[in-house]
Amino acid sequence: MTARMANAPDAVDKVVIPVTGMTCAACEARIQRTLRKTPGVVDASVNLMMGNATVAFDPSATSPETLVDTIRGTGYGAEVPSADRSAFEEQEARDRAQEDEFRELKTKAIASGIVGAIAMIVSMPLMAAASHGAQGTVADPFMRWVMTSLTPVLRDAVPWLYSIPTTILSYGLLLITLATMAWAGRHFYTRAWASFRHHAADMNTLIAIGTGAAFIYSLIATVAPTFFTSHGVQPDVYYEAVVIIIALILTGNAFEARAKRQTATALRALARLQPKTARVVRDEREIDVAIDQVRRGDLVVVRPGERVPADGEVISGQSAVDESMLTGESLPVEKQVGARVIGGTINGTGSFRYRATTLGADSVLAQIVKLMRDAQGSRAPIQKLADRVSAVFVPIVISIAVVTFVVWFVALHASGTVGGAAVVRAFAAAVAVLIIACPCAMGLAVPTAVMVSSGKGAELGILVKGGAALQRAGDLTTVVVDKTGTVTEGRPTVTDLIQAADVSLPREELVSLVASLERASEHPLADAIVRYANDQRVTLGSTENFHSITGRGTTGTVGARRVAVGNEALMAALGVPATSLTSAAERLSAEGKTPMYIAVDAVLAGLIAVADPIKPTSRAAIAELHAMGLEVVMLTGDNKRTADAIAREARVDSVVADMLPEAKVAEIARLQAAGRVVAMVGDGINDGAAIARSDVGFAIATSRGTDVAVEAADVALMRGDLDGVVQAIRLSRRTMRTMKQNLFWAFVYNVVGIPVAAGALYPVFGILLSPILASAAMAFSSVSVVSNSLRLRRFKVA
Amino acid sequence: MNIMSATDWLVIAAGIAAVLWVNWYFFFADRGTASASSSSATGRQDITVIVRGGYDPATIRVKAGRPVRLAFDRQETASCSEEIVFPDFNLRKFLPAHQRTIVEVTPPRAGTYEFMCGMSMLHGRLIAE
Repeated sequence: MTARMANAPDAVDKVVIPVTGMTCAACEARIQRTLRKTPGVVDASVNLMMGNATVAFDPSATSPETLVDTIRGTGYGAEVPSADRSAFEEQEARDRAQEDEFRELKTKAIASGIVGAIAMIVSMPLMAAASHGAQGTVADPFMRWVMTSLTPVLRDAVPWLYSIPTTILSYGLLLITLATMAWAGRHFYTRAWASFRHHAADMNTLIAIGTGAAFIYSLIATVAPTFFTSHGVQPDVYYEAVVIIIALILTGNAFEARAKRQTATALRALARLQPKTARVVRDEREIDVAIDQVRRGDLVVVRPGERVPADGEVISGQSAVDESMLTGESLPVEKQVGARVIGGTINGTGSFRYRATTLGADSVLAQIVKLMRDAQGSRAPIQKLADRVSAVFVPIVISIAVVTFVVWFVALHASGTVGGAAVVRAFAAAVAVLIIACPCAMGLAVPTAVMVSSGKGAELGILVKGGAALQRAGDLTTVVVDKTGTVTEGRPTVTDLIQAADVSLPREELVSLVASLERASEHPLADAIVRYANDQRVTLGSTENFHSITGRGTTGTVGARRVAVGNEALMAALGVPATSLTSAAERLSAEGKTPMYIAVDAVLAGLIAVADPIKPTSRAAIAELHAMGLEVVMLTGDNKRTADAIAREARVDSVVADMLPEAKVAEIARLQAAGRVVAMVGDGINDGAAIARSDVGFAIATSRGTDVAVEAADVALMRGDLDGVVQAIRLSRRTMRTMKQNLFWAFVYNVVGIPVAAGALYPVFGILLSPILASAAMAFSSVSVVSNSLRLRRFKVA
Repeated sequence: MNIMSATDWLVIAAGIAAVLWVNWYFFFADRGTASASSSSATGRQDITVIVRGGYDPATIRVKAGRPVRLAFDRQETASCSEEIVFPDFNLRKFLPAHQRTIVEVTPPRAGTYEFMCGMSMLHGRLIAE
């Protein structure tokens, strides 16, 4: 991991190098001493416990690779670190931890579930005995229901159970409950205590107090029943409730652990993209080397069907490469000499050699991973609400539980209920309040949605930088697009070639003459013509007497012919009548194209038109944005005629032409002042300021490369078309909806659940919630929130 | 039927006392504060934070504009504390159980920078001066 320290001199970089083989403080000291003596090293500290060396160095004097070699020179192992690898390693460590947690929770949940069932059966005779006693009924409504349905069955199946003295049954229950609490439920109590010491409270606090109170109550009833009977209270026991609550919450936690694991599938998928080895040419031989041995400038060989091991530029060969895993582009991309390839993509049927350019932390894959991790580490503003509630939640719930107990106790007392039943009911309600309250669902609502959404985005080549951008993207009203390179290809192309009717020059020869002439020119339009000729596989001749007349065109001699390509003014200057093609030229101009007359040997031979064509996906994408209720505005530095023509073809709502970059910024500010939430879509190079000014800046990858880290942008699109914008906004909207659903359900669950548990429905409907049912509701509320977030994984590119 | 008895009053008084105490304890009682030790050579400020049911210390005083290196020593497996989040720095990091995890941030200016667990249940803050 290479990071620049913010306050250190600019020339100092820092790197953390994993070191293996260190066994003692002496090893640590030795490596540290050696590193500090290395030229270019500002500071070095080696940590035996962490197994790494942190080195501050001057990048102009040394490099991480040299430092690794230096460490290796001392006899210990070291690897060049890369950001993506450390992220993957972190994820692996996390996966292992979560897998262990899941397995442990599963075992404990199953075991305590079995103990819970036994406890329930054993408590039947106890309850039967109690219901024959003074109080008549069992306070817990759920247990009462279980008892009435289970008792006849049990009396038939295990009649001997009912002949065991209740004292023995009570003590038996006490033992198995204590064992369950000490083993399966142990972490609830230890964690609650640890939090308590920090003046903090969490889910464990609630469970610990709830089950702890029920257990202590039952314990007194078992060991010293006279304490209750002397106060006229029936010594009921709640052991089975304690065990079953623990079992249910463990089950919920196990499901939650499993579901949370799935929120990180995208990172695991990206980790699998990186090949472990590369085939490079060294000393004119092809050898396989580990990926971190590949150096910038290495010649890498890629065979059919292989993964491209690192980023680079094709030197020879050609192929189609599947880049869908990084850019979301479904069709394979043709790669020829000079094309950029991205590490992690899959080569098709051709084979090629390329020069490695960016490696390790600078690679596209590493940057994607970094952006995704950053996004997952960020917090959406909507989270603030949940945070505020979470921070005060548990103490407030404890307070509510206390109030519940007091109110029930006093009310029952006042209504003449004998003391015992009042205590029991008040107690059950208070415990139910503690158990049903679930702060976890609230805490998970937003982060899990951001996590899944960022991963899904990365899969689709959409990198949203953080929760705040995600939230704003969901609120957009207006999308401002840059014309060149965004709506259009950004590269002039020959669109029309019209031959003069009365000239018998073969088309191919005409193309050859024009392209041969233009090859000598450096004008971008000339480049389009030469490419056109190359695409048609026309052979070009050499040009002499080349002249470029600014604002008019070019002239020269190709072979034996005098060729001129330019506007009407050039034709007039050469004395070539152009009237036969004037109307065609005007029509092409109106379509936003740039027509040029061609004269061969002072005779008008034809008309060639060049334009920056609209991308095939632009029109559908703009229609889609309209369907989503968004207004689309196109800004361009081009002239009004061209801009209008493209605007008509792309069907944008409005267009502003002849704009300088500052004017684009002003236009965005104007829209914002009018109350719009504005997105700016550009290629991130000359639109930087406008992208930064907008509410959500989209930088789309240009055809020239795939620079992910476009600083100013909120959303980086790996694919160079507007369709990515549509998907990004859709995904953001979906994510926002998921977050809101999650928060809504988490709040409503608690807002409804807590009063019901407290007995709010009792005065009117006579409904009381059993602590056991409360624990089931609590356990599954957080699972449902995570599951709802996981639904984002199924987000479809429609 | 019968007016409130002494027992009722006792229960009410105990209830009020319990509620007051709970709120005082969790919201107002003093928590640990510590200042980071700073090494003059690099200007970096180092501090170790024990993670066990909370952050100890939970409030850390540092100098603004200089890197702060926090070593989170997570001494538990409870999943609640498995992540550390510094929202101001877009940083979310997994803390492996029973390991020290280094987090480096540089508070750009004086102010309070909160950090918390992944689910926002455990809280701590950096106070940059």
